[in-house]
Amino acid sequence: MGNYFIPVKYLLTKCLNIKVLNPPKITNKTIELGVKNSPEFVCMPFKYTLGTFIEDLDRGANVLLQAGGGCRYGYYGELQEKILKDLGYDFIYINLINGGNHQICKIYRLIKKIDPKFKIYKFIKYFIITIKMVKYMDKIDDYIRKNIGFEVIPNSFTDLQKEMFKEFSKVNSLYKLRKLYHKYFKKFKLLQVNKPKNVLKVGIIGELYTIMEPFANYFLETELAKMHIEIKRFTNAYYLLFQKRKGSKKYLKYASEYVKYKMGADATDNIGRCKYLCENGYDGIIHIKSSFCTPEIAAMPIISKISREYNIPVIYFSFDANTSEVGIKTRLEAFYDMLEMRKNK
Amino acid sequence: MDKITVGLPKGIYYYYYGDMLKYFFNNLGINIVISPDTNREIIDEGIKYSNDEMCYSLKILLGHVSYLKDKCDYLIVPRINNFGKKDQTCTNFLSFYDLIKNIFNIKIIDFNIDYLNLETEVKAFIQMARKLGVNKKRSLKAYKVALEKSEKKLRKEIFKNMDKLNSPKTKLLIVAHPYNIYDRYIGKPITTFLEKMDVEIIYADKFNPKITNKLSTCYSKQLYWKYNKEIIGSIKLVSNQINGIIFLSAFPCGPDSLVNELVIRKLDLPTLNLVIDDNDSLTGIETRLESFVDIIEQK
Repeated sequence: MGNYFIPVKYLLTKCLNIKVLNPPKITNKTIELGVKNSPEFVCMPFKYTLGTFIEDLDRGANVLLQAGGGCRYGYYGELQEKILKDLGYDFIYINLINGGNHQICKIYRLIKKIDPKFKIYKFIKYFIITIKMVKYMDKIDDYIRKNIGFEVIPNSFTDLQKEMFKEFSKVNSLYKLRKLYHKYFKKFKLLQVNKPKNVLKVGIIGELYTIMEPFANYFLETELAKMHIEIKRFTNAYYLLFQKRKGSKKYLKYASEYVKYKMGADATDNIGRCKYLCENGYDGIIHIKSSFCTPEIAAMPIISKISREYNIPVIYFSFDANTSEVGIKTRLEAFYDMLEMRKNK
Repeated sequence: MDKITVGLPKGIYYYYYGDMLKYFFNNLGINIVISPDTNREIIDEGIKYSNDEMCYSLKILLGHVSYLKDKCDYLIVPRINNFGKKDQTCTNFLSFYDLIKNIFNIKIIDFNIDYLNLETEVKAFIQMARKLGVNKKRSLKAYKVALEKSEKKLRKEIFKNMDKLNSPKTKLLIVAHPYNIYDRYIGKPITTFLEKMDVEIIYADKFNPKITNKLSTCYSKQLYWKYNKEIIGSIKLVSNQINGIIFLSAFPCGPDSLVNELVIRKLDLPTLNLVIDDNDSLTGIETRLESFVDIIEQK
């Protein structure tokens, strides 16, 4: 999922005596494999992750990791395990979250089975470092997102980011990590940007997987950067892991004239964010989701209503295995032209 | 003062709480209007208000709401979240209230069932009645009567369903949510067609929910959707006595897409997986049903 495999890989290699395979970049072949083996109308993340698992197993992996979430996502694990076993693969499947319950003891026993030398205090130390790393990554990502559309030297941001990741995976104490973070944050600030005063600002909301996995949204953010648009995105791993519980309540209160109850997964958050974007001078909202994402579908009519009341345009993208890239580009360009015209009025 | 009228759409949650709400409001002396069986007009109306990726059952529900919007003072819309940690519902059940409130401009009385946050069923019913000006004592009494009556009715239906298991005809278990199988437009044509073919139909949802809920662990240990657990568990309960299973779901039902796939992979009985969407033509489905029944009978 995006660049988040870096901290996860860091954590696993540091405290376990195993080899971690880099997930392959998602390609059309991955999607094809996933679609072929999954039920017809599950949401896209299921198909994508299943495709990735099959490719990993073909490359010799024998332990798979899967997490879980608030909607259908929590039930992915069991079915994926069954499908892969039916295909004849042999592996250990670790499901981090089981129907909302973190099964710490069970996972601990499983890990002991994989690596008898595993030590819990070592794990805790590196776990804290990993969390911090995710937090710093997200902070830098936020900065990049705001400015990448206006870079003077092409690819300067992405190159520096790559360099940073390399350095990050070598650290082994919190102190060094913090130092590195400050060093690179300064470096990012020194990069030349040519940012006019009156830029178009767009907020991206929607379902978490599609937002965070660039391949799943057909590199929407890069596309937007090419159009010189400043991007605001709320969902990132740090938010999902640690701030969600509090954040949801805040959003529920904030948008209380539209929602009364929590609507599951990220739906309530997105409605709150939509209102926030409307009130804070953003020019447009992009709502993306994978097709058949139930909570987001329920949120869409409400988001439309908010956008009508504040008179801020919203564009909906629903991604599927068959979505054509050209179609998305055309719609995005039209949306951009419309925003530009509104701004100049 | 005029008598208050409340409306109950014959959509998704009607099939879980319809009887109880009917008895409850009758007991309190409040008029209750129920929308008619689903027909083409209601579906068209529902499609007009919904967005195209909503599940078919939800579209129909919105159609019913639209039918009732001028015919009652208040509309009953629940929000059903969970009945415990491992008994949750589909996320659509969480969003009924906000969805309907934002699409239609009507007065709603809502009740919230959320056992993890101590919002129990009794509490929900009492609060609902309080909004209509009924005191706690009366509503509690009415709730008890309604619960007893609806349980009695369910027991009768379960008994009838169990009775069918002894018949000598070919027996098919239909695994579907009640809001799909008893709907005039989704399930009814299928059950009538099967009856015409002289097949005994056994409904998966008409068994004791407490037993089926526990039995579902035979197929899936991690499943956390209450309503899916109940219909899946019934397969285990009767699997020795039936000849085949039909899975029926509405397009694109979230929980069903995963659960049915898993169960089909684990079963060794003949199965048929039907997915219904808003296409009018029944011929294709009838052909599939016919060949399925033929295969089973030749075995």
